[in-house]
Amino acid sequence: MSLLDIRNLTVEFATASGKFRAVDGVDLSVDKGELMAIVGESGSGKSVSMLALMGLLPWTATITADQLSFEGIDLTKISARDRRKIIGKDIAMIFQEPMSSLNPCFTVGFQIKEALRIHLGLNRKERHERAIELFDQVGIPAPESRLNTFPHQMSGGMNQRVMIAMAIACKPKLLIADEPTTALDVTIQAQILDLLLRLRDEQGMGLVLITHDMGVVAETAERVQVQYAGQKVEEQPVKDLFRTPRHPYTVALLNALPERATSKLLPTIPGVVPGQFDRPKGCLFSPRCQYADDLCRSLPPTPHSAEFGKARCHYVEKIIAGELA
Amino acid sequence: MAELSAIPPKTEDRPSALREFWYYFSENRGAVMGLWVFAAFVFCAAFAPLLAPYDPTEQFREHILQPPAWQEGGSWAFPLGTDPLGRDMLSRLIMGSRYSFFVGIVVVCVAVTGGVIIGLLSGFAPKWIDTMIMRVMDIILSFPSLLLALVLVAILGPSLTNAMIAIAIVFQPHYVRLTRASVLSERQKDYVTSARVAGASKARLMFKTVLPNCLAPIIVQAALSFSTAILDAAALGFLGMGAQPPTPEWGTMLAEAREFILRAWWVVTFPGLAILVTVLAINLMGDGLRDALDPKLKRS
Amino acid sequence: MTAPIVQASALARFYTVKGGLLSKPATVKALSGVDFDLQPGKTLAIVGESGCGKSTLARVVTMIEEPTSGSLTIDGVDITPSKWAQMRETVQIVFQDPYGSLNPRQRIGQILQEPLIINRPDMSAADREARAREMIDLVGLRPEHYDRYPHMFSGGQRQRIAIARALMLNPKVLVLDEPVSALDVSIQSQILNLLVELQERLNLAYLFISHDLSVVKHFADDVIVMYLGRAVEKAPKEMLFAAPRHPYSKALLSTTPRADPEAKKDRIKLEGELPSPMNIPKGCAFAQRCWLATEECRTAPPDLSGDTHQVACLHPLD
Repeated sequence: MSLLDIRNLTVEFATASGKFRAVDGVDLSVDKGELMAIVGESGSGKSVSMLALMGLLPWTATITADQLSFEGIDLTKISARDRRKIIGKDIAMIFQEPMSSLNPCFTVGFQIKEALRIHLGLNRKERHERAIELFDQVGIPAPESRLNTFPHQMSGGMNQRVMIAMAIACKPKLLIADEPTTALDVTIQAQILDLLLRLRDEQGMGLVLITHDMGVVAETAERVQVQYAGQKVEEQPVKDLFRTPRHPYTVALLNALPERATSKLLPTIPGVVPGQFDRPKGCLFSPRCQYADDLCRSLPPTPHSAEFGKARCHYVEKIIAGELA
Repeated sequence: MAELSAIPPKTEDRPSALREFWYYFSENRGAVMGLWVFAAFVFCAAFAPLLAPYDPTEQFREHILQPPAWQEGGSWAFPLGTDPLGRDMLSRLIMGSRYSFFVGIVVVCVAVTGGVIIGLLSGFAPKWIDTMIMRVMDIILSFPSLLLALVLVAILGPSLTNAMIAIAIVFQPHYVRLTRASVLSERQKDYVTSARVAGASKARLMFKTVLPNCLAPIIVQAALSFSTAILDAAALGFLGMGAQPPTPEWGTMLAEAREFILRAWWVVTFPGLAILVTVLAINLMGDGLRDALDPKLKRS
Repeated sequence: MTAPIVQASALARFYTVKGGLLSKPATVKALSGVDFDLQPGKTLAIVGESGCGKSTLARVVTMIEEPTSGSLTIDGVDITPSKWAQMRETVQIVFQDPYGSLNPRQRIGQILQEPLIINRPDMSAADREARAREMIDLVGLRPEHYDRYPHMFSGGQRQRIAIARALMLNPKVLVLDEPVSALDVSIQSQILNLLVELQERLNLAYLFISHDLSVVKHFADDVIVMYLGRAVEKAPKEMLFAAPRHPYSKALLSTTPRADPEAKKDRIKLEGELPSPMNIPKGCAFAQRCWLATEECRTAPPDLSGDTHQVACLHPLD
């Protein structure tokens, strides 16, 4: 049984001009101690699907799913109170902007102790000791004195460590990291990614890493799913994905990376990700796909078998066989 | 470079700015109701001479203090009754809407124009001028507004025009502060820097580049202070420092009718109600405007 | 070799920051002593992490800020604030955030014409419009985009508009301040290609500010690596990426994630974080994070030395 199992998750937002489908039939499963990466460009719904799981979406959002279970408990069937007991304790989340995720009015020590008090009900002395222990665990030097600093007195990297300390305070079984290093410099990014990997190994928690950076995925993840315009278009183990990407979108995305460039002009994907008003009828990638034909433009494809990377494409087999060029 | 043109742009389907504005505005039912009442108020003010059954100053000596039509002793000739001098209440109220509307428009225009210009200047001026302007505004703000207006009217002499000037001066600092705050935040943005890199002069930066982007909160504030202006003008009229009798200004009408409160309820109630309904309607409308114009309050 | 279009020597920019009630005003050395030459038709990339002074350098070269000391020569003219107005046409800038850099209340046509209205007052309205429409075509937008407002465009299209605006005055130098870091990968490649094509066609010189080494490796001719306001290494791209000589450059290269899970990873993990620019260490700024630092490094900052591959380090790598 996997730790987290999501089947056919759909999220729709009510907007000024009708419904907008941000997440469209996404499946996701994460095992204990596994690092799953969700990669996609802006508008791919990668953050929205996880926010939906956490119950952090505004009331304009409608969430439907065939299954949304954590450790075998179906989250859609239990009361909001029971849900809150799981979320925040067994599932924790960290965000992109460490600076704005912390309250600037209070010291970081106060904020982490607050979290410990609410979730674990420790007394004052135990809270203090646990806070120091956690700071030590996430590699904050001189944890005792750092407890008394305010978020603005520390760098982005240190604040992200504090956020991680707060997230792992209750020993969660699943940690969702939403672009945890996007706002940080590369040397700090390497430190934070190492920290996340180390914590995963130490605590055996599942880790969902949401990112747009193919480099980060390649260096950290084990399994990767690629999302495009709210749909999951491909899922493969990381090495296979980079060696033999199946979906035309993944292929084009990898080719567009400057580091894979062979000439001064990069291969590009024409056009832009479809928005609310120009959603195609058939395959969502069809307007930008070099292989697209009338079938692609009229009928949405269904995911293939794992052998073909679960690619949502009508022509995966033919493209691999080289019949379409 | 032609790759972009391969895809037909579909931006046409996006709702126009006006439609989007109406969507957010119409979600607030109070605001829509406010808008209708305000429209009726504007209509009254515009066509007052045609709508009013009588001249508002004409005295019907035989009908002094006649109650409204539905009460015993009333008649449909004077639907809302008459005042102590025998003038028709309905006609006076309808004509009064003109004065109130006029007060609102003039006060808001004067205060906004002055406030926006001073605010822009202080947002772009060197620090010491900025500090000086802001301290002067702080001093004005530190007086209770009605008291300051009273002092100003006492100096200028009681009349509707002077009351409007006084109220406009009292309102000014709000616009100065509001404009300065949005100028300071807009100035940081890259489009202002790129206008500077293109060589734009200070005046061009202030009025062409920055000002149009600061207008949304100012419009909301203007709508809300329209009602405050009406209220303050009525208060000044009530205190005898605004419009002078026999002008059928609502506040002045209230003041004239004060001694008849116990004998003839309608002479005080109707002007009071007129002020209440108008101010409430404008405030509701202003709230709707803020919801629609302020992106921070918009739903995702 | 042609004459450089931009020459900077010992360029520095300090800010004074007022302390609280009790503390003394502090000086932030955002940029201290940077030299470079930029040739027409070439791309010089400035690389570094946040706080290294690369954006300050961009603002000084674009004449938005006055250097505290040092000299800047653009197109043979020694730049002082009195020369700013006349040199505006030579240097233009493209910003990182395509959402903030276009005036939301102006139509694309107006945005593009504004530089002409200001700098060529004698140009007729018809000529201006013709020029703006020509530029829209050049950056790969469509004629009907002329009358639209910025909010109707995606990030990539906005960046095209920002590039078009920068080119309206026929500049010789374009300062690109992280032009693609706010864009998605698939859009990023479109914009990079556009910049490459424009450079070939118009013989533009680019000062390319970036923190993304993979983009720099693809795009630049020469690279300057900066750390805390100083240039620590300056070299042609091929030499730098093949064999970085400064320990910081080496660490930066090794920590940049590569989109290849099978590549061997020998990351150099830097300890600690950037020191505050208000309190730069006395010697080499990188000494406290460097694994090769000796006592000597902590006493005086080393200067750039070497011919084509310059490095500011007492113990350069080979």
